Amino acid sequence: MSKALLYDSTICIGCKQCEQACATQNKLPYNDSIAAEEQQSAHKFTAVLTREDKFMRRLCMHCEHPTCASVCPVGAFHKTAEGPVVYDVWKCIGCRYCMAACPFNQPKYEWGSLNPRVRKCIMCPDRIAAGKQTACAEICPTGATKFGERDDLIKEAQERIRQNPSTYVNRIYGLREVGGTCVLIISGMRVEEFGYPASAKIGDTPLPEYTGRVMDRVPDFIPVWSLVLGGIYWISHRRNEVAAAEAEEKKNGGAR
Amino acid sequence: MKIKLSFWRVVFLVIMALGLYSTYVRYVHGLGAATNMTDQFPWGFWIGFDCLCGVMLAAGGFCIVGAVYLFNVQSLRSVMRPAILTAFLGYLLFIVGLLFDLGRPWFIWHQLIYMNPHSVMFEVGMCVMTYTTVLFFEFLPNVFERLNWKTPIKWIHKIYPILIVAGILLSTLHQSSLGSLYLIMPTKLHPFWYSPALPFFFFGSAVAVGLAMTIFESTQSAKALGRHLELSVLVRLGGALLVALWVNALLRFEDYVRRGVLRQIVKPSYEAYFLWLELALSFVIPIALLSFKKVRLSPKGLYLASIISLFGFITNRLNVSLIGFETYVGHHYVPKWTEFSVTLMIVAMGFFLFAVAVKYLPIFPREEAEEEPVATSSAVLQSVSPVLEHAGD
Repeated sequence: MSKALLYDSTICIGCKQCEQACATQNKLPYNDSIAAEEQQSAHKFTAVLTREDKFMRRLCMHCEHPTCASVCPVGAFHKTAEGPVVYDVWKCIGCRYCMAACPFNQPKYEWGSLNPRVRKCIMCPDRIAAGKQTACAEICPTGATKFGERDDLIKEAQERIRQNPSTYVNRIYGLREVGGTCVLIISGMRVEEFGYPASAKIGDTPLPEYTGRVMDRVPDFIPVWSLVLGGIYWISHRRNEVAAAEAEEKKNGGAR
Repeated sequence: MKIKLSFWRVVFLVIMALGLYSTYVRYVHGLGAATNMTDQFPWGFWIGFDCLCGVMLAAGGFCIVGAVYLFNVQSLRSVMRPAILTAFLGYLLFIVGLLFDLGRPWFIWHQLIYMNPHSVMFEVGMCVMTYTTVLFFEFLPNVFERLNWKTPIKWIHKIYPILIVAGILLSTLHQSSLGSLYLIMPTKLHPFWYSPALPFFFFGSAVAVGLAMTIFESTQSAKALGRHLELSVLVRLGGALLVALWVNALLRFEDYVRRGVLRQIVKPSYEAYFLWLELALSFVIPIALLSFKKVRLSPKGLYLASIISLFGFITNRLNVSLIGFETYVGHHYVPKWTEFSVTLMIVAMGFFLFAVAVKYLPIFPREEAEEEPVATSSAVLQSVSPVLEHAGD
């Protein structure tokens, strides 16, 4: 079963300890000025956004059908059995298709580097493999970010919404969006107000299907189109040969 | 001609000097310093122009080869070699552009060992590699003839059917796959340009561009080389261009009707202005021009119509890759001067290499060959000369 994170913005107090723990875990710098940055970047994989007294975390959604893994020409992204979508930097050629394609705009780039990497939350795969929680979930003082089995967390989220229907927007963001994600969000405000793409807009269809429809036809298209082109070539070539031979005959006949 | 040449030489040197400086910035200070790309705008002018337009402008190669070998339009044989040269140079320069744009260009060969067949970018990469190889072989006879190497020409001639079929197959895949790249971004690309039919549009417009580009480059090189221009060839290309433009325009129109965006198109908006510009340049003006027989029969008219349509399709590619994302991203992307400068340098290199190749290689048939088409310099041509004589039958 795949692991997941449930983020409940109604109990988040905006302490940003998850940001700090994430930076430590991923060996990234962290200080007051980075804490004040209200956006994700190559040095800030997760960001706690503030709107008045409301908070919202942003991080890689770890899609069930990750777009980044589908588009990468060298397969530098893959989804592990436990759920995290991880990145193999040694494969990356830097085409940035993952960044262009990700519906949540999660992959960020080291624009200043001469050997740039794509950076994003990778959901602490080493910690998960060792049976631990992600760094952000472990440090969270209120349980706003909770780590667990995806199915269990969905049930828990439904239960929380059922018990306090006035507190929550009646929706688990990530349950079905682009085919479901391993980060689930419940909140009192619409997540769209914090820059998340609208559910209606991204839909429930995994994005890889959009290109899959075309890519699946390529293996059939190649032999068929080759045969058609080869056939046309053969016919027009043959016609010319016949015409040439006939002309030759005529010429010879005339000479005799 | 001499005075003109020296002026262009200065322009060329300035472009190269600026380009080299920008190259230095790109490789010593990184993509961030050399471009205005950001996390929100990860694909910029180099993808939009160097890659998308570069490949599109190289489409003349497969269009003319297809017309000559598959559909037996023998009159186009005289423009086939320049078209193949343009395509070959186009692809080489596209690869140069890619080396600027990729963050880790030194790992470009990873495509060959870490394959992901689900990725459109993988298809694009494989097509680039294989089609550039095919174009290299299609181009080689020029060099062999120049060196007067008879045996290798025979070898190439033997594999010619394979080269032709492979070249057209790979072009079909490559041109369309550049459109397929954007299929996975339905939420990001503006509905004026996002369509499930993108691969078809990219392929269809490539055919039109291939024809327009051939008119452009043969007129241009005839002027530069002081050669006589065969009007019949241009007229034929112009007629085909008109048909190709109509087909493209109807496909686009049908798509807008089917997706129900016609009403949005008529309403003024930031995107609408760019779309109007694109449609006017790629369809309305050239189709209107080419509808007049007078224009279709005049070299100047054909030249003008093809240039306008080329600008139209360049606008289309830039709309798809840049303008179409601005509303989603929420801010404008304007390329840095270094981005323009690198592109200019690459384009200038293209013109330069074309001029050098035309000067030293038998790209254009010799003038005296006109009365006697069988005696053209090409050995490949000679070997099919019986075919040529009866092309009109």
